[in-house]
Amino acid sequence: MRPQDLLVLRPDGLCCPPGDFLIDPLRPAARAVITHGHSDHARAGHDEVLCTAATAAIMRARLGEGAAGRFHTLDYGETVRIGEVDVTLAPAGHVLGSAQVLLEWRGLRMVFSGDYKRDPDPTCAPFEPIRCHVFITEATFGLPVFRRPAPGDEIDRLRASMARAPQRWHVVGAYALGKAQRLIAELRAAGEDRAILMHGAAMKICALYEEFGVRLGALEPARADSAKSSAPGLALCPPSALQDRWSQKFGDPVRGMASGWMQIKGRARQRGVELPLILSDHADWTQLQQTILDTGAEEIWITHGQEDALMRWCDLRGLAARPLNLAGYEGEEEAAE
Amino acid sequence: MKAFARLLEDLLYQPARNGKLALLVDYLAATPDPDRGYALAALCSDLVLDEVKPALLRGLIEQRADPILFRLSYDFVGDLSETIALMWEAGEAAEAPGLAQVVETLRALSKAEARRLIPLWLDALDGTGRWALLKLVTGALRVGVSTGLAKQALAQWSGVAQTEIEEVWHGFAPPYLPLFAWLSGAAARPSANDALCFHSPMLAQPIDDTDFAKLAPTDFCAEWKWDGVRVQLKGRADVGARLFSRSGDDISAAFPDLVDPLLFHGGLDGELVALEPGESGLEAVASFSTLQQRLNRKTVSAAMMARIPVAIVAYDLLFAADSSGEHWTDIRPLPFQERRALLEQAVARANDPRLLLSPLLDYRDWESLAAQRAVSAQHPSVEGVMLKRKASPYLAGRPKGEWFKWKRDAHLLDCVMMYAQRGHGKRASLYSDYTFGLWSGDMLLPVGKSYFGFTDAELAQLDRFVRQNTTQRFGPVREVVHSRDDGLVLEIAFEGVQVSARHKSGYAMRFPRINRIRRDKKPGEADLLESLAKLAR
Repeated sequence: MRPQDLLVLRPDGLCCPPGDFLIDPLRPAARAVITHGHSDHARAGHDEVLCTAATAAIMRARLGEGAAGRFHTLDYGETVRIGEVDVTLAPAGHVLGSAQVLLEWRGLRMVFSGDYKRDPDPTCAPFEPIRCHVFITEATFGLPVFRRPAPGDEIDRLRASMARAPQRWHVVGAYALGKAQRLIAELRAAGEDRAILMHGAAMKICALYEEFGVRLGALEPARADSAKSSAPGLALCPPSALQDRWSQKFGDPVRGMASGWMQIKGRARQRGVELPLILSDHADWTQLQQTILDTGAEEIWITHGQEDALMRWCDLRGLAARPLNLAGYEGEEEAAE
Repeated sequence: MKAFARLLEDLLYQPARNGKLALLVDYLAATPDPDRGYALAALCSDLVLDEVKPALLRGLIEQRADPILFRLSYDFVGDLSETIALMWEAGEAAEAPGLAQVVETLRALSKAEARRLIPLWLDALDGTGRWALLKLVTGALRVGVSTGLAKQALAQWSGVAQTEIEEVWHGFAPPYLPLFAWLSGAAARPSANDALCFHSPMLAQPIDDTDFAKLAPTDFCAEWKWDGVRVQLKGRADVGARLFSRSGDDISAAFPDLVDPLLFHGGLDGELVALEPGESGLEAVASFSTLQQRLNRKTVSAAMMARIPVAIVAYDLLFAADSSGEHWTDIRPLPFQERRALLEQAVARANDPRLLLSPLLDYRDWESLAAQRAVSAQHPSVEGVMLKRKASPYLAGRPKGEWFKWKRDAHLLDCVMMYAQRGHGKRASLYSDYTFGLWSGDMLLPVGKSYFGFTDAELAQLDRFVRQNTTQRFGPVREVVHSRDDGLVLEIAFEGVQVSARHKSGYAMRFPRINRIRRDKKPGEADLLESLAKLAR
């Protein structure tokens, strides 16, 4: 009953031999458990997929009806036995439908967290810490320099900038799945009720969020003449569109970006961002530490990101830790970098 | 401190020059003395707080945080002040200090006292405040504000012409209270004419091949572009002489042999050069690498002065003194040609081997000047030709169309990238600083290091190459593959070559820059060290 008998790293991803399935596999697999809908975790072509209903819907929307041979959906807290292993999904707080995977096998409890955060997020269920023996954590923002301000502060800064420069459009780069919807929902909660213009990439996902009961208010697809036909307001686009021709239709906009990387000034300047908004769907340094302690795990496995520093922290706390060199997963928006 | 911190951060993120200007104007209008003066001084690098060195800050953070976590963080962020500002876990909150309080306290403090106070201030400030404080005390703001932009903001805020501000700017030290009193209308214009203070020099713009067609040869005077150090010399019988660097630093103490005995009355503009010992005149002017041994020193020994004598090659006169030396006339408004005549008289009157006159070149048309410029390649202390409009007044800054510099064409060699290091500021997360080498037999030997010359798109390519071809890491430095068959060839443009004991190759390029990425060449086809050695001769 060693942890490495329950989960083992293979070239095609993290494999669970007693259950004969993979988690977020990198190549088409016979059986896959998918933590959330981001494209580096939810790839097309698996025969059988186990995930939450929202993740299945996101995969169908992004990858087409043939995203997988067959979907099996599970509610948070519901358990299913696969092979010799009991599998339970729990909220990860990352994006709509995101889940941690609890594996129970012969008394051993391991949790694969997937991507997660602890900030409040009006668009998805909050992260629930699970007591376990081995906790597998991400480390995208695993450095002590990443201690984020409260999300509300960043929303206030965006609204203040819009109030200060009402004659200019505000074009904000936000990842099309998750970040964009969260930003909109936060703005709505803060009282912003004007229509928001959207880059085509996120519209479909927004509609899907609405179906799952997340109210996003008035959204309009941005057209070539949108900037001229209405008073300057807010437009959202994927980070990659921030500096390309798409954003030029807004004249000389205030360019913003909602990303955890915006904490580093050099990154913001490199992207030509005038209004950096420090808003992330990944755990920051404080949250990583808190979460590790909350799980009560004796052993920590660390996946993609800045694992060196988190390893060091575990070391200083006397926690056994090892890096899990998972290739193929991207940190927040690295795809667009 | 709060307003200053916000100004710095806003300036940092504001990409447009006009946007930066508006931020500065708003700040000047909203901020009282002496804070605005100190802020201005900090932005123009006119504020010297030399008690706080990076090593002290490192020591402070390592007392608060695990050194390994700090090192990993610094390696990621690439900027010391920002890393510490982000990592700092605030202790008990005291009252946040004001900008003037910080500056004035640090000026009065010893190192030990600074070490005690800075953590207390960091505790009292928020993240942006901590970052601004650390940027301020280390003197490296890098928020994209030039002195010119700061002066333009002063002009726009006060409604006083920028040229008038330039006149008096260098007469005062931070926080420039008399300057602000004048600009805000509370006092009369201060006089700077007769003080031995620095006056901003007139600068030349580089000439383009297309410019010549628009310029008439008869409208210009031409002279050599000397490869020394630009200086301004002011001399008065009653107070002595002062020598300033191009940026206005008083470097008199490093060159007592030019200051004492007094060689000249008035104010002149020229090039500081080294002479071959025992020789005199323009023929004796030695190469820049000889002069370099006398630069960046606070003081100088008698032996050094004997071994490397120095002189000034004068090329312009700003203030003409009467025969008593007491009464000066500001001749900067006069045309170049008239100033030149007065300069020739002044140099003749001084009749001192330490003061040489930069000769005017005789030319008929641009072609004949180009021919002389090409021959000048053989002169070790000439790096090209200067063109000065005969009618040009002496204007501070870089006015358009008045003076041009026509540098010799740079040398080009194909080198192989050997090491790369992360950059700073907005390039902090990219490998943007490259060391490259030339072949000596089967070995590549480093000949230079450069972090500019490429576009942002090329930088992305270079960074990707470094990440994908790393063979070893030494702290922040990565070694990249550089065999005969594998590696990256860079075409390097450079101005010259120096014999260097620090480089294993024995040579170092001067002002090297990445001219082109040569994907079409294999490292084995790059140039030989001999080609560089030949240039050093």
